[in-house]
Amino acid sequence: MITAALYFGYGAISLSLLLCLYRVVVGPDLPDRIMALDTLYINGIGLLVLVGISLNDSVYFEAALLIAMMGFVGTVAWCKHIIRGTIID
Amino acid sequence: MSERKMANRWLPHPWLSVWLLGSWLLLMNSAAPGHLVLGTLLAVAVPGVARMFWPETLDIVRYRSVLPLFAVFLWDLFVANVTVAIRIVSFWRELRPRWIVIPLDLRNPTAIAVLANMISLTPGTVSSKLTADRLELLVHVLDTDDPEGEVETIKRRYEQPLQEIFQ
Amino acid sequence: MILDTILSLAIVIGAVFVLIGSIGLVRLGDVYSRLHGPTKSTTLGMGGHLLASVLHFSRAGELSLHELLVTGFLFLTAPVSAHMLAKAALHLRVRSVTAAPSPDDAESFPETAADAQRDA
Repeated sequence: MITAALYFGYGAISLSLLLCLYRVVVGPDLPDRIMALDTLYINGIGLLVLVGISLNDSVYFEAALLIAMMGFVGTVAWCKHIIRGTIID
Repeated sequence: MSERKMANRWLPHPWLSVWLLGSWLLLMNSAAPGHLVLGTLLAVAVPGVARMFWPETLDIVRYRSVLPLFAVFLWDLFVANVTVAIRIVSFWRELRPRWIVIPLDLRNPTAIAVLANMISLTPGTVSSKLTADRLELLVHVLDTDDPEGEVETIKRRYEQPLQEIFQ
Repeated sequence: MILDTILSLAIVIGAVFVLIGSIGLVRLGDVYSRLHGPTKSTTLGMGGHLLASVLHFSRAGELSLHELLVTGFLFLTAPVSAHMLAKAALHLRVRSVTAAPSPDDAESFPETAADAQRDA
């Protein structure tokens, strides 16, 4: 049963990665693309967690945590770049 | 020197210290004595070093109002997520997004930040901009007929308890 | 058996919420509406997946709670990212499908799609 659920999860997340990719490519504005990238990395974390469950290996957790932190910093840096023109002030 | 002052000198941000210790133990995924000692050392040292950059402290006045607000928040979080999900997949329905302005009674910057985050995570609203004088919060609502009602709900449900907690 | 069911349900429900968040990202009308999908649905979906992970790794006997760290982190950062994105979009005056909340704000506010059509 868990295997079936995992396959469903892989499918759903892959589909949503494609949808995010559509938004990254189509835009139409810069905030749209940043938002789509933000969602893209969160979906990536979901995929990693599922891989960790199906391979029964908790090492993927570290990668998920790192992506969560770096992705957030990246999103905020992009937004600050838009608002202020600089990132560090 | 009073006891409180001593505590402030060693632990400028007591809640931050608790949070750091908790995060360390979760990160190590164990509560072995060694991790407890190292975590406590970090929890004392990091706020001490960061004190220069972070002078303001968290002033919670009424601790017993925190848990009821948190419970309300968790419930609303769940309900709001389901509602937003249903609205997103209702392809046949036209959404009615609106902008609303919430006049703030809160003055404490921490309280305003907490309120803005709670608004973003709960009922179909995302906080978008705080005016420079910190008196109004611009909020985007995904789907509503009754903007005044939304303002009223947010003020009653979240702002009043926060006002009590932070004074 | 019961644990298996709960675990599978957490995975499936989480995946559905993540998918709905992305559908919202593609389907909704303007930047400000699109913000709702990722901040709410996707974050809750991730909560479901991480809950499943906690259950799976705790089943062997040793309690494993470090996934809660990722969950907590996502729930803390999602509203902050959303707020920053909305601020950035307002700064760039990205078009909104609805009008400004009051005439006072209209000057500093992006034009609506209706305005743009009328001008064209």
